[in-house]
Amino acid sequence: MSNPNQADIRMREAHLSEGTLRRDCRTVLVCCGPGCLANDSPAIAKALRSKIDEAGLDVKVHPLIKETGCQGLCEKGPMIRIVPDDIAYYKVSLNDVEAIVEKTLRSGEVIPKLLHISAKTGKPVLTLRENEFYTPQVKIALRHVGEIDPHQIDDYIDHGGYGALEKTVKEMTPDVVIEEVHRSGLRGRGGAGFPTGRKWKQCASYENSPKYVVCNGDEGDPGAFMDRSIMEGDPHSVIEGMIIGAYAVGANEGFIYIRDEYALAVETIRKAIEQARERGYLGRNILGSSFSFDLSIVRGGGAFVCGESTALMASIEGKVGEPRAKYIRSVEKGLWGQPTVLNNVETWANIPVILTQGGDQFRQIGTEKSTGTKVFSLVGKVKNTGLVEVPMGIRLRELIFDIGGGILGGRKFKAVQTGGPSGGCIPEELLDLPVDFDSLTEAGSMMGSGGMIVMDDRTCMVDVARYYVQFLADESCGKCVPCREGIRRMAEILEDICEGRGQESDLDLLLNIGETMAEAALCGLGKSAPNPVSTTIRYFREEYLAHIQERRCPAGVCRELTTFEIDGALCNGCGLCRRDCPTDAITGSTKQRHVIDQEKCIRCGNCVDSCKRNAVKVR
Amino acid sequence: MTLSSGMQHRSPDRVAVTGRILEGYPKEQRYTLAMLQDIQKEFQFIPRESMELIADYLELPLSKIYSLATFYKALSLRPKGKHVIKICDGTACHIRSSQMLANELYTLLKIRPGETTEDGQFSIEMVNCLGACAIAPVIVIDETFYGKVTPAKLQEIIAQYGDAFGQSDRSGGVAHE
Ligand SMILES: Cc1cc2nc3c(=O)[nH]c(=O)nc-3n(C[C@H](O)[C@H](O)[C@H](O)COP(=O)(O)O)c2cc1C
Ligand code: SF4
Ligand code: SF4
Ligand code: FES
Ligand code: FES
Repeated sequence: MSNPNQADIRMREAHLSEGTLRRDCRTVLVCCGPGCLANDSPAIAKALRSKIDEAGLDVKVHPLIKETGCQGLCEKGPMIRIVPDDIAYYKVSLNDVEAIVEKTLRSGEVIPKLLHISAKTGKPVLTLRENEFYTPQVKIALRHVGEIDPHQIDDYIDHGGYGALEKTVKEMTPDVVIEEVHRSGLRGRGGAGFPTGRKWKQCASYENSPKYVVCNGDEGDPGAFMDRSIMEGDPHSVIEGMIIGAYAVGANEGFIYIRDEYALAVETIRKAIEQARERGYLGRNILGSSFSFDLSIVRGGGAFVCGESTALMASIEGKVGEPRAKYIRSVEKGLWGQPTVLNNVETWANIPVILTQGGDQFRQIGTEKSTGTKVFSLVGKVKNTGLVEVPMGIRLRELIFDIGGGILGGRKFKAVQTGGPSGGCIPEELLDLPVDFDSLTEAGSMMGSGGMIVMDDRTCMVDVARYYVQFLADESCGKCVPCREGIRRMAEILEDICEGRGQESDLDLLLNIGETMAEAALCGLGKSAPNPVSTTIRYFREEYLAHIQERRCPAGVCRELTTFEIDGALCNGCGLCRRDCPTDAITGSTKQRHVIDQEKCIRCGNCVDSCKRNAVKVR
Repeated sequence: MTLSSGMQHRSPDRVAVTGRILEGYPKEQRYTLAMLQDIQKEFQFIPRESMELIADYLELPLSKIYSLATFYKALSLRPKGKHVIKICDGTACHIRSSQMLANELYTLLKIRPGETTEDGQFSIEMVNCLGACAIAPVIVIDETFYGKVTPAKLQEIIAQYGDAFGQSDRSGGVAHE
């Protein structure tokens, strides 16, 4: 695969010849993750299938088509891959199907326009590995996502699936399993980073039965879709992890709590559970042992706070999802007052790998205190948006600029938000921060579940803070006063600032309320709610002051405080802004300087984005 | 509890359908949310008689059922439109101008998030991240996802549902069923 520039690269002959063994046969992987689904990928899969059948008679290879979970680079979807040749095509449309079958599959020719163009060399690249979006990635939790057909348990088994379970129940005692997980250093991927081995050990130490294991698939952080992708792309790894966990702590029943909006995840997991039952991985006497375990799905009701562990358990019990004070921990008294282990989807998906490779091997990756990898959804104003899995300790800069390809439209990086509504905004000065649990917390943010939202100079940090606080105001369950009242007051103050009624004393007031909440709120929602506010004040105080003192929003987002102007020196009269203005506020004839009528302008910002010469300025 | 007075206004249809849904579940409190979700799916809202029937079935006070129906956002006490348009206002979509889509929908349908058109065809909801942030801004109509939506695209999309019959034929929708 040396020079992908030539359009006639021959595929590896070895795979072409016999093709009797399944893995020697060529497979076309069609991404059917959330992003590609919305871009018609199932229709592409269907068309490919029928074209291949049509052509089938005189072709030696009979490629299998698999509909997979997210391949990662959703921005460039729909994505398809041809394996084992390892060719990745991006932005495939129905019109390309014929060429893919006739050229690539039949005669081994690559279609250059569907390849990725390397940002560094400007040349097209053939494989995923050569695409700089994938090169630095290390896949553990996502090891099968995009590789296997999530609806076929056999595909999972062919990739080594349920091997860890076999090893566990046949060769290991529960204590040894826990020890292995402990040794791996695995910390919970749902947000707080609690050591998983320790959690299991505590739960195992209580004698009462029944015990339960729970998977938290509520994924409420806005801007995050890692857990969704795992549940839809590789459901069995979560199930296998849970069975192993249940074996380790002595539970016979488990629940997967899935967010209400994730209809496809519910369906995929439901099918997977059925298949696992048929094969004897779930049910009575698993793999001939004396251990029995079964799983059921609980569909969330659309409340963010239900992602909090105690609220989630209340919700499973059929109650209102309000958190409770954690004087007694769930490992002792959780679901229905019984010992319970609750872990996040990604945490569970890591378990089979730890048992297969051993904890020592696992901790080779990542940093000393944050071992392994973390999956992020890299979104916002970044070029390559999608799903990435990287070793812990990677620098933010590498994530955003190497993998993410930098900022969209050549604009300027301003901040990156991690940790969802409980996290904070990290500024440019800290771009060399390693991404691990402790460094992010130190910076005032947190790892959270893995949403990573990149913001550019067109994002207003006060608006961002207001956005999160408003979000939390809607989602606070209202059980405790510091959270219920504190968040609302913060929302009011922030709204005042955004609309030009802010006062300088507001900043101290915001910080003050925040401190009280952090101390006195009952659950994590209220305790961490001040983070988006305090980090933006800490790192972007000037922007707050511009709103308050100058009544100006430098990013041009807060409408009351924004005026757009066209810089006559830069405007070449191309008319792009005029075309995109929804209120016809821009006038000017071609090649003449354009002007904005402030009376008509609704400050939508379209013109800023459409002007190729950056001539539209915020006053 | 004013259970008996409520009963006089029960719609026989709703009672029958609710009854059938409840039969599918054991008499345990843990199934309350699932029952309510089935009912929501059936009627596009939670009728009072259904809550009363659940309360009877599970021998729980009606107030408990009511508090669930009002706590969870997936449930609503008022009927929603035939097509539910969800505008994602998760962070990724928010900073890629989801608000513009809400404005455009107001121009098109004359309703704001939380409202239903007079003919009962559409209602709009602002929701949190729909898990497709990479193609922000995202809207979902019924179960079909649309990504990178612009105001102009929105018009086209809505037009597909405009004549009110049936489903759009986009395959994205089929895969979600
Ligand atoms: C308000 C709030 C929302 C949360 N939402 C989620 C969530 O959506 N998914 C998740 O896995 N954990 C969430 N958590 C964290 C859980 O409470 C819990 O710590 C985690 O699921 C434990 O699993 P882990 O140890 O594997 O991370 C949330 C916490 C709080 C306070
Ligand atoms: S902190 Fe907020 S969400 Fe948590 S229990 Fe208190 S009111 Fe409810
Ligand atoms: S901000 Fe929007 S309304 Fe104002 S001139 Fe630009 S495009 Fe027109
Ligand atoms: S959904 Fe296809 S690459 Fe993510
Ligand atoms: S923020 Fe809109 S899909 Fe995630």
